[in-house]
Amino acid sequence: MGNTKKYWKGLDELNDNPAFLKQRENEFNEYVPVDKFLSDTNAMEESSTSRRDFLKFLGFSVTAATLAACETPVTKVVPYVVKPEEVTPGVANWYASSYFDGHDYCSIIVKTREARPIKIEGNPFSKITMGGVNARVQASLLSLYDSDRFFGPVNGKGSEMTWDKADAAVKTGIENAVAAKKDVVLLSSTIISPTTKAAIAEFTGKYGAKHVTFDSISYSGMLMANKNSFGQAVIPTYNFDKASVIVSFGADFLTNWVSPIEIAKQYSKTRKISKEKKEMSKHIQFESILTVSGANADERHPVKPSEMGAYVTALYNKVAGGSLPVSKKINDQAVAETAKWLMDNKGKSLVVCGSNDVNIQLVVNAINQSLGNYGNTIDINTPNYSKQGIDEDFVKLVENMRSGNVGALIVYNCNPVYTAPAKLKFEEAFAKVATKVSLATRSDETTALCDVICPDHNFLESWNDHNPRKGHYSLQQPTITPLFAAPRFNGSRQAQQSILKWAGNDTDYHTYLSNNWKAMFNNAGDSLTYWNQSLHDGAMYVEGVGGTPAPARKDDAKHDHKAVAAAAPKKESKEESSDMPKIDLSAAAAKIAEAKGGEMEVEFYESTAMGNGVQANNPWLQELPDPITKITWDNYITMNPEDMKGKYNVLERFDQLEDEPDTAAVTVDGFTLQDLPVFPQPGQAMGTIGIALGYGRTNSGKAAQEVGVNVYKTVQWTNNSMQYTANATVAKGKGTHPIACTQTHHTMMGRDIVKETSLMAWMNDAGAGNEHETIIHKGKATDPTEVNLWDSFDRPGHKWGLAIDLNSCIGCGACVVSCSAENNVPVVGKTEVRRSREMHWIRIDRYYSSDMSKAVGKKEGKGKIETYREMEHPSTANPRVMFQPLMCQHCNHAPCETVCPVLATSHSGEGLNMMTYNRCVGTRYCANNCPFKVRRFNWFNYTGNKNFKDVNPAMDDIGRMVLNPDVVVRSRGVMEKCSMCVQRIQAGKLVAKTQGRKLVDGEIQTACSQSCPTNAIIFGDLNDANSEVSKWHANERNYKLLEETDVRPSVGYLTKVRNTVMEEEGEKAEKNEGEKKEEKKEEKEHS
Amino acid sequence: MQHESAIREPLILGHKTYHDITEDIARPIEGRANKYWYLVFTIAVAAWTWGIGCLFYTIGTGIGAWGANKTVGWAWDITNFVWWIGIGHAGTLISAVLLLFRQKWRMAINRSAEAMTIFAVMCAAIFVTMHTGRPWLDYWLFPHANQFGSLWVNFNSPLLWDVFAVSTYFSISLVFWYTGLIPDFATIRDRAVKPMSKKIYTLLSFGWSGRAKDWTRFEEVSLVLAGISTPLVFSVHSIVSMDFATSIVPGWHTTIFPPYFVAGAIFSGFAMVETLLLVVRKVLNLEHYITVKHMEYMNIVIILTGSMVGVAYLSELFISWYSGVEYEAYAFLNRATGPYWWSYAGMMTCNVISPQLYWFKKLRTSLTFTFVLSIVVNIGMWFERFVIIVTSLHRDYIPSSWTMYHPTWIEIGIFTGTIGMFFTFFLLFARVFPVIALNELKTILKVSGESYKKEAAAHTHDHH
Repeated sequence: MGNTKKYWKGLDELNDNPAFLKQRENEFNEYVPVDKFLSDTNAMEESSTSRRDFLKFLGFSVTAATLAACETPVTKVVPYVVKPEEVTPGVANWYASSYFDGHDYCSIIVKTREARPIKIEGNPFSKITMGGVNARVQASLLSLYDSDRFFGPVNGKGSEMTWDKADAAVKTGIENAVAAKKDVVLLSSTIISPTTKAAIAEFTGKYGAKHVTFDSISYSGMLMANKNSFGQAVIPTYNFDKASVIVSFGADFLTNWVSPIEIAKQYSKTRKISKEKKEMSKHIQFESILTVSGANADERHPVKPSEMGAYVTALYNKVAGGSLPVSKKINDQAVAETAKWLMDNKGKSLVVCGSNDVNIQLVVNAINQSLGNYGNTIDINTPNYSKQGIDEDFVKLVENMRSGNVGALIVYNCNPVYTAPAKLKFEEAFAKVATKVSLATRSDETTALCDVICPDHNFLESWNDHNPRKGHYSLQQPTITPLFAAPRFNGSRQAQQSILKWAGNDTDYHTYLSNNWKAMFNNAGDSLTYWNQSLHDGAMYVEGVGGTPAPARKDDAKHDHKAVAAAAPKKESKEESSDMPKIDLSAAAAKIAEAKGGEMEVEFYESTAMGNGVQANNPWLQELPDPITKITWDNYITMNPEDMKGKYNVLERFDQLEDEPDTAAVTVDGFTLQDLPVFPQPGQAMGTIGIALGYGRTNSGKAAQEVGVNVYKTVQWTNNSMQYTANATVAKGKGTHPIACTQTHHTMMGRDIVKETSLMAWMNDAGAGNEHETIIHKGKATDPTEVNLWDSFDRPGHKWGLAIDLNSCIGCGACVVSCSAENNVPVVGKTEVRRSREMHWIRIDRYYSSDMSKAVGKKEGKGKIETYREMEHPSTANPRVMFQPLMCQHCNHAPCETVCPVLATSHSGEGLNMMTYNRCVGTRYCANNCPFKVRRFNWFNYTGNKNFKDVNPAMDDIGRMVLNPDVVVRSRGVMEKCSMCVQRIQAGKLVAKTQGRKLVDGEIQTACSQSCPTNAIIFGDLNDANSEVSKWHANERNYKLLEETDVRPSVGYLTKVRNTVMEEEGEKAEKNEGEKKEEKKEEKEHS
Repeated sequence: MQHESAIREPLILGHKTYHDITEDIARPIEGRANKYWYLVFTIAVAAWTWGIGCLFYTIGTGIGAWGANKTVGWAWDITNFVWWIGIGHAGTLISAVLLLFRQKWRMAINRSAEAMTIFAVMCAAIFVTMHTGRPWLDYWLFPHANQFGSLWVNFNSPLLWDVFAVSTYFSISLVFWYTGLIPDFATIRDRAVKPMSKKIYTLLSFGWSGRAKDWTRFEEVSLVLAGISTPLVFSVHSIVSMDFATSIVPGWHTTIFPPYFVAGAIFSGFAMVETLLLVVRKVLNLEHYITVKHMEYMNIVIILTGSMVGVAYLSELFISWYSGVEYEAYAFLNRATGPYWWSYAGMMTCNVISPQLYWFKKLRTSLTFTFVLSIVVNIGMWFERFVIIVTSLHRDYIPSSWTMYHPTWIEIGIFTGTIGMFFTFFLLFARVFPVIALNELKTILKVSGESYKKEAAAHTHDHH
């Protein structure tokens, strides 16, 4: 029966009342007596509503209606329904955790705001990284908020699937492989987590699977050499802080080699000098490309890669009195001098080598052994576990895959399609594997070829533990609920959890971890307290054996890490050094002597920003200028300008938009890398080129796309390890390629911007090299601060300031990324950098020394114009390199403040130069009048302009979550600059105030000072005479930039001191003496 | 009645009566424009429209559409601003200073020169208001009552004085110009036949009756305004120059700037007046009123101011060396020999060398040569501003920040647009406003008219 119910408004309608029907036609069903109203002229005339009033009402109602119709944008703030106990809106929580991506290890603390990680800092409790953190670890925060992450499991066709289906697919694949008697292999980069290893062991145990380790940057050569020398394939622990002489053969230990954060910390200790500590290490570097370590060296010798072995052998001959064959012509004097330094400092020296050739490493081991460095500066008994990959295993695996013996391959934290050399033809072999599973968090070259992708959590969402070194443990804890845990996503799952699941163990990984932890430290008393304390500290050191740990961690020592350090096993290692096996070198030396050099040799290196390329999709790192070349968003060929002459356009002072470098094609062993721009690199060894690894990603997200060329393809497989040097042919390519460089002028033009002196000169006179500027006032040379145009003010409270030790600054750029993260500094991309519009609030200027100076010009009878022109060119052969971090100098006579017409920039009572963004109209006058050029202008709306959607993380909803809520995101058209992290100052003061006490020196840290791995930047109160910063400002080495302009910066720099003899010093002394003589003459004349 | 020496060349050529003057000057207003006017007008409007498009694009996306960068914060924007302000200088100088000095030759040229001033300042205003990051907040540069809290402007900032100087200059010039126009509008009104134009000119002439009382007041007001304007002629560009002079940028921080900028402004202003009038006299058949003698007078001013500018350039160079200041010395060396050497060379050739050619009488009385050189001078003066602004900024104290500046098509478009706007206004002005102060001109007809002078000479001769 059809439902034909009808409803009536009333009886009238039901009865079809004609009156009702008529009325229904009318819109207004009541009679409106308009006619009557209008015809009543009397009433109308008497009415007070005139025509004017009527129009007013009409106008008002229309306007009101229109305005009401305008919708104001609604931003929804959803309050907590049930507030988590530990979260107080506006108050940050810090969690200790760890970072390890298979390459860099760092113990970190994570700052979270409203349960959202927004900043990473170093964990001072760690005995390895000691509170240090580098640019890559800093920037890794952004990988959490990468909008290119997988939202859930994905199948080979790229469509999403549920976890059940994914697990089923993986299990079927594995079972099929097992059934077909084929190998099941888990391929990963180095794993230092004992619990992850346990999980993997369960998995491999269940299926008889294999675990192969393949590191993108291989240390196989060193591992094999150490196995040969000491019977253990491990990397030792290096104690750079105990070394008085450091000799490096191509090892860029300050930013890349083995454990760069730790080494930079140790190294800086040997470079800091004071009245109390007058010793400084001597650092000698032999290398072909100009690395950060080479730039910091006291002596640097450019050497071709093929000659490196010869140099090492020659040094061995000198040091150990050997007579190994040296087949190449080498700089004997340099070797002899180096040998002398080493011999004078036996047991206090350190020789390191970046080569991955087992033979060279063997000789290096022998040198260190004969110098007695084992047990002192090198601790072989405390192995570093962070590099475990043996290349041979991987090559064998690829062969197995090619012959069809591998049925299932699970790729974890590893991207072999991208990092395997072209010669291995990995892709071809990979295609023969029936089931290819990836555990990657976001798409990469390998996932593109996989059948199932089971996305891992980001490290900030995961539980884990790490054992980076014998006896050293650290925990990793989630600092945020997994981003894609919402029901609308399938979500990611921790890789260990997946592995356990496939192994048939359904235990939650967190429980698995804590159980495992309990098992490892079972005799440590109350295991819960132990676990909680470890989790709180993040990193810990336990005495005793490290391999299968069952150690006694002394609970009373849990915060007294010094005590633990004192108890470190020193004695046993000394014993060890005496009964070390004698290393047999004849075979190795013969192999070394065989090495053939080429007319052109190439070295592939890790760039400071990009490292091994894992984080290529990280715009912070892409825009971090390389410490040496200052180039962003590219890799390129570095070539000595002398080598370029006649072949390529030598653009020493290239203008960002006009000139583009020529390109070249590099052919190595039959494989050609096309279209790499050729960049003139002073200090590059003649006949060599360098190209950075980690670029040329093809399938890794929007920021990394089309940036650079992948040179992993040409890594060489020789002597059973991956070699990062090769002979190459370089041919001129087609056309040019634009590059974006943040610094296009490379010399100081004879200005005293970075002041430097030699150790000898400084020992004689603490103020050496730091002659203060004077101005002529009333006919007398006067200190500029004595002449004052302005009224002075009392600064009774705090007066914030910074001090920067140019001797400790290694130029690594950690501060730059830290500042960007803390202060929401926008990333602007390559095109804008090419327009000189990068937004970094802190930059590190890098200067090269020049062969020409005013004194030289005068001596050679050159004109002023010619002299200046030649001063623009850096020395090409082997320039001295200077680094200088430059942020807003917070001038006390700030030139920017006086010129702003609307007072948008002004001085605070605490000595800060402040920006009021809301008041800024954007005349840019302040930026013009800033002698340091540290002010940055918002040329575009960087958070809304779609031109920046690929580069600026703040452009998408996920990326925006990284923004620090304490710092305003600046709008288009306003000026911005370093605020000395005023938000941190305010927060610090507030804490002290609520606790009713005075601020403690060092309690407040700016982002740059906190993140500096070498403690080169100190922040504090200049009004407090006992503060560290005041002490640095009172140091004889302290100077202010552009003193003669009398802008009176609040930032002081400490003169750089080199442990070497400097040519210019003679000149300067001559000049000074000349001036003194003249002065005396004048005085005589006056009298 | 005044007397003028017989050896002075007459300022009005041919035999003209008062009526002839009215006829000659009213003709372009009452007649129809020819096709060339329409052609030029179309081009000008097209350029202006293009400029407006570029301007809207800039407002929509940000100042990033221009080429300036972290080191060179000001470039074409302020170069063009100062250039236009400089051009705007001749008008008031001619009308005010020459009025006070009783220079009668100003009467033929002051109206157009003042019009030029007004239009040039408008063009300048576009740059100075649009170069800010948030132009919609430009009004914050005026000290105004507000509810932002205790916010006030920074009286230390020369940019603020700039706002005052330019706005005052514009308003006074506009009033001065309009006051002068009133009797002439009345003349046009009286002659108008069409009711519409009659109505408009009646409105414009403010009920001028031509009574002696009107004239007295007119002259009083003119004198007062001339008195007010005269210091402004010197203050505006002095203050503009202080934007640079009070800064600490090497190459900007120079005490010589105020007089040097004023001389330069008059220099470029006169050149622009020449460019315009040489065309106007030809097109509107005003050769009898705007004569070779007028051009010669202006050329003499150009030699004088050009030489002053030249001396200023050389003393800057000398001081940069003599001061012994590293940054200052390098800034000037870099101007002359650095990557922007071509702009410095252009400036030196156009501004210092070329005006010296006017020492030859033949050249300074050649109208073709004057026309060419008037354009050369303005090119040179544009380069001068570019040199001062861009080459000083691009290499200042810290070499790591040294960089280059490249203009974008957007800012070139805006510059072209202002030129279009300037000519649009000027072409309209030439059609509807009396381009010569006809009533004032009549006052010198008997004194300086050619036929009257000849008559007078014959008369005097008779006496002897």
